[in-house]
Amino acid sequence: MDRSLLIHLTVLLGLTALAVTSAPAAEPDPARQKDLIHLVRQDCGSCHGMRLAGGLGPSLLPEKLAGWPDDSLVATILHGRPGTAMPGWLRFMNEAEAGWIVAQLKQGFPALP
Amino acid sequence: MRALLIAASLALGLSACATTPPEALRGTGDLGVVIERAAGRVQVVEHSQRTALGTVEGLGDLSHAHVTFSRDGRYAYVFGRDGGLTKVDLLTRRIDRRIIQAGNSIGGSISQDGRLIVAQNYEPGGIKAFDADTLALLADVPAEYAPGKFSRVVGLADIPGQRFVYALFDANEIRVTDFSDPRKPVTTRYPAGKQPYDGLVTPDGRWFLAGLFGEDGISLLDLWQPEAGSRKVLAGYGRGEEKLPVFKMPHLRGWSMAAGQAWLPAIGRHEVLVADARSWQEVARVPVKGQPVFVMARPDGRQVWVNFAFPDNEWVQVIDTVEKRVVHTFSPGKAVLHMEFTPRGEEVWLSARDSNRVTVVDTARFSVRRELAVDAPSGIFFTSRGQRIGF
Repeated sequence: MDRSLLIHLTVLLGLTALAVTSAPAAEPDPARQKDLIHLVRQDCGSCHGMRLAGGLGPSLLPEKLAGWPDDSLVATILHGRPGTAMPGWLRFMNEAEAGWIVAQLKQGFPALP
Repeated sequence: MRALLIAASLALGLSACATTPPEALRGTGDLGVVIERAAGRVQVVEHSQRTALGTVEGLGDLSHAHVTFSRDGRYAYVFGRDGGLTKVDLLTRRIDRRIIQAGNSIGGSISQDGRLIVAQNYEPGGIKAFDADTLALLADVPAEYAPGKFSRVVGLADIPGQRFVYALFDANEIRVTDFSDPRKPVTTRYPAGKQPYDGLVTPDGRWFLAGLFGEDGISLLDLWQPEAGSRKVLAGYGRGEEKLPVFKMPHLRGWSMAAGQAWLPAIGRHEVLVADARSWQEVARVPVKGQPVFVMARPDGRQVWVNFAFPDNEWVQVIDTVEKRVVHTFSPGKAVLHMEFTPRGEEVWLSARDSNRVTVVDTARFSVRRELAVDAPSGIFFTSRGQRIGF
């Protein structure tokens, strides 16, 4: 499981590395941040749990994500993971926003406003 | 004379005690709970006058909370995502008992005789049986499918004979565990298709259907003849077309049966699939507005109500089961997460999480009968579930 996950992420990373790494690191504005927090807690929470401790989807708590490169997490958010229940969320956010979500997840995701 | 007066006032006093004020006496057949998921709280409601009676707090993480009821309708067993199992007294609106029974749980059900509560868990993967009165652990049944590997359990449903049927998301299996001797459960395994995401048992307790995420189709087990094994039905309903993304997993339960047919959410298609409940062949499919999450028949089966996954989750559609087409589309608010019919279906309660309200709708006229203020409501559960197989 872990090995295939790694291979998969490596491939995805390779495919999206250019796009992701060249994205500017601009933070979403406060209103957009609020929307993203709501989206992650409530809608990602459908599978990952409102407290992000996992469910049908894995835990997204900082200690679980610490070992993953940011870029592969961003790629997973935007493009999903084929063969799993994780869809891509590219329709609903851009790379910078996904990057902001990853950064927040890694340091402990903000509570609902 | 004085003695007589004392005796008389004593008698009066006693009779006053014995006659509880009328407002404190009530039945439980019209009670229910609404989950306030973020607050870790439930509202106790009644659907005769459509009112909230009060709240009960301290129930933990209620994302994906599920509720099953004691057969007397007095107690709600609330399963929290964090493994909390709380026995709530709906009459006093107090917590009667509360335990943390797992690390990650998605629900549970009550046995045929009402004496066992069985929880289905993701972590540790498996099911556990508890005494319905005391919540004492009676049996732990890990969903081990390979040495040291435990699957997340989905679709748990009670069936006759103190048995529970469920599916293993990680192991492509259906299992039936018999708790006739609660401390010595006996489990039988059946193969299923890829990644069963939820399950349902028909209201007669005969058929278990496991919806599959990893392939197009439904795994079907005849619980009257389980030795014949499971089989796949509605295979290939996607016709090889690319799936649309699924932003929330659908939920199945015994409410899918209507008009002699099973009404089921397609996965990765914006359709409700209709299968004949004898042949299990597809007889129709109804195009709908998004990825269906709950496909719920009104108790009489004449209508099927559908809500949707993000980003179409402000909508609700009503299908007429004779015409097999959508006859009404409306939005009761933002992020409609759940619906619950009154026992005979003249009204349905709908929760709109991001509008912080529950709306009670007349199912004949589609008019709003009442709106209740509820903090980020998710599941709505009425005690009438306590009288149904598979709830």
